[in-house]
Amino acid sequence: MTGRPLWKTALGVALTALMLFPVYWMVNVSLTDAGDLRRSDPNWFPSDPTFDGYEAALSQQLPSLGTSLVIGFGSIALTVAIAAPAGYALAVLHLRGGRTLNFLLLVAQMIPAVVMAMGFYAIYVRLDLLNTVWGLIVADSTIAVPFGVLLYATFMAGIPRELVHAARIDGAGSWRIFTKIVMPVSRNSTLTVALFAFLWAWSDFIFASTLNRAGEYIPITLGIYQYIGNNTTQWNAIMATAAIASLPAAILLVVAQRYVAAGVTAGAVKD
Amino acid sequence: MTTTSVGATGRASDSGAAGHRPAAPPPDRHRRRGVPGSARQWTALGFAAPLLAYLLLFYAYPLWRNLDLSLHDYTVRAFVQGDPDFAGFANYAEVFASDSFGTALLNTALFTIVSILFQYAIGLALAVFFHSNFRLSGVLRALFLVPWLLPLIVSASTWSWMLNSEHGIINSVIQAFGGDQINWLTSPGTALVAVIIANIWLGIPFNLVILYAGLQQIPGELYEAAAIDGAGARARFWRITFPLLRPVSAITLLLGFIYTLKVVDVVWIMTTGGPGDASLTLAVWSYREAFGTGQPDFSPAAAIGNLLIVIALVFGFIHLRMQRSWEKS
Repeated sequence: MTGRPLWKTALGVALTALMLFPVYWMVNVSLTDAGDLRRSDPNWFPSDPTFDGYEAALSQQLPSLGTSLVIGFGSIALTVAIAAPAGYALAVLHLRGGRTLNFLLLVAQMIPAVVMAMGFYAIYVRLDLLNTVWGLIVADSTIAVPFGVLLYATFMAGIPRELVHAARIDGAGSWRIFTKIVMPVSRNSTLTVALFAFLWAWSDFIFASTLNRAGEYIPITLGIYQYIGNNTTQWNAIMATAAIASLPAAILLVVAQRYVAAGVTAGAVKD
Repeated sequence: MTTTSVGATGRASDSGAAGHRPAAPPPDRHRRRGVPGSARQWTALGFAAPLLAYLLLFYAYPLWRNLDLSLHDYTVRAFVQGDPDFAGFANYAEVFASDSFGTALLNTALFTIVSILFQYAIGLALAVFFHSNFRLSGVLRALFLVPWLLPLIVSASTWSWMLNSEHGIINSVIQAFGGDQINWLTSPGTALVAVIIANIWLGIPFNLVILYAGLQQIPGELYEAAAIDGAGARARFWRITFPLLRPVSAITLLLGFIYTLKVVDVVWIMTTGGPGDASLTLAVWSYREAFGTGQPDFSPAAAIGNLLIVIALVFGFIHLRMQRSWEKS
């Protein structure tokens, strides 16, 4: 072993910079003066930064940021409320037909969102649920629920049986075991599920653009999209909105990185 | 090395229930299905009930509505009033006969296959690189996740602006090196290339994370032994890393395929499938028919959607079949 060669770090930094260039460019454009955007040789650095873009973004897009927050937290609540007990039923209570259910959940994850969007649209038209925040919370949660159940079930299957047995001998019922033992032990799984339920709802474009096209409260993804349509000259404001919309992802990556990595791998690899 | 997916959960918990003596599971099972067992089954059903109701209401019902859409002739009026004419497979026939079908099918194949091959190759190279654990490798690897976490509208609109013909940074660089301006998003020859480039960028983090996790499962002694035997870095990669990573690679590629097949947002935001049909994939076509124009045409859109489900399921079953055979071995 030759220790830790410095050239690898240098190469790693260069590769990361290359990979993150679009993100840098978004920030750079968001700080550029609208007049300079139309130059054929763009400024590589925000040498004369202006916050006009952010002012425009915040004055126009604040309500949609709030809507997206509400939808994100609604999706977390719905997803955890459905997925956690189901994971418990599968992994701890050994629900009969569990294998079939697992299989259905895997298949559910393969269904294209555009198909679900059409189905939901057809249903919501009749129920008058188009352009409502509730409708969007339900639709967005469908991305996270199958993932959540599988993640909970995998984790809960690994909870030592003695723990559950001992509680049962002490006279605890299934509900008590679920709330007092299984859920606290599964705290990390809950964080991972919540994180992804939020991110997917926050980032969703397909459901937003189909089920909430004319709503009074539109989420931020649709806000950006309509911005691009109406406002093709003000790319600094569009990129400023995009940068603001990226904040949750950035924050979560910093504070919850290991849950992110856990979630990505849970879908494919488990050791 | 064990490589299973969360789909193996059912099986794992079954064997757990059979206790520590896998040689004699049947009697144990019988006891579990006795009187207290069946009471527990009702409890289990109670805990699973919200999920079952959810799946029926918010998965089965929309899918059934979608099937219904594809088998009827839904005009906008019929859509609201709910009295469409039954059309049988006419919508499917119309889709297959459409001029856009061949283009969309070819574009879908190109978009998915080229995307996942590049995502995989780059992801694997990066995973091997980061696996050598140099200073800062953990932080840099985390930063590589950023593209995957950003909302797609953010990435797609940033790429649109970078690829803009007159004011985009990419053309500016090309012209600085004496090249000609390329109309990335607006010329039929390059629109598909442009969305593939953006999509490769989006998929690298997923491939990197999964392949990196796979690499960590390969015992380090293998490399040490190979190094003692005088194997170079190249030989170690092709003789150890690549063959041992095969199961993880197959899963990554198949999941990548299924995910890429569904992609709508990136393409729609960057090119709306155009110009003409130049970057139209099946998923984008379905979206365009249903929601993309002023005249929604749900029936053919639903037919295309169902076609996509069939393709996704075929590859999904291959995925599950492969996993099962590895678990046995």
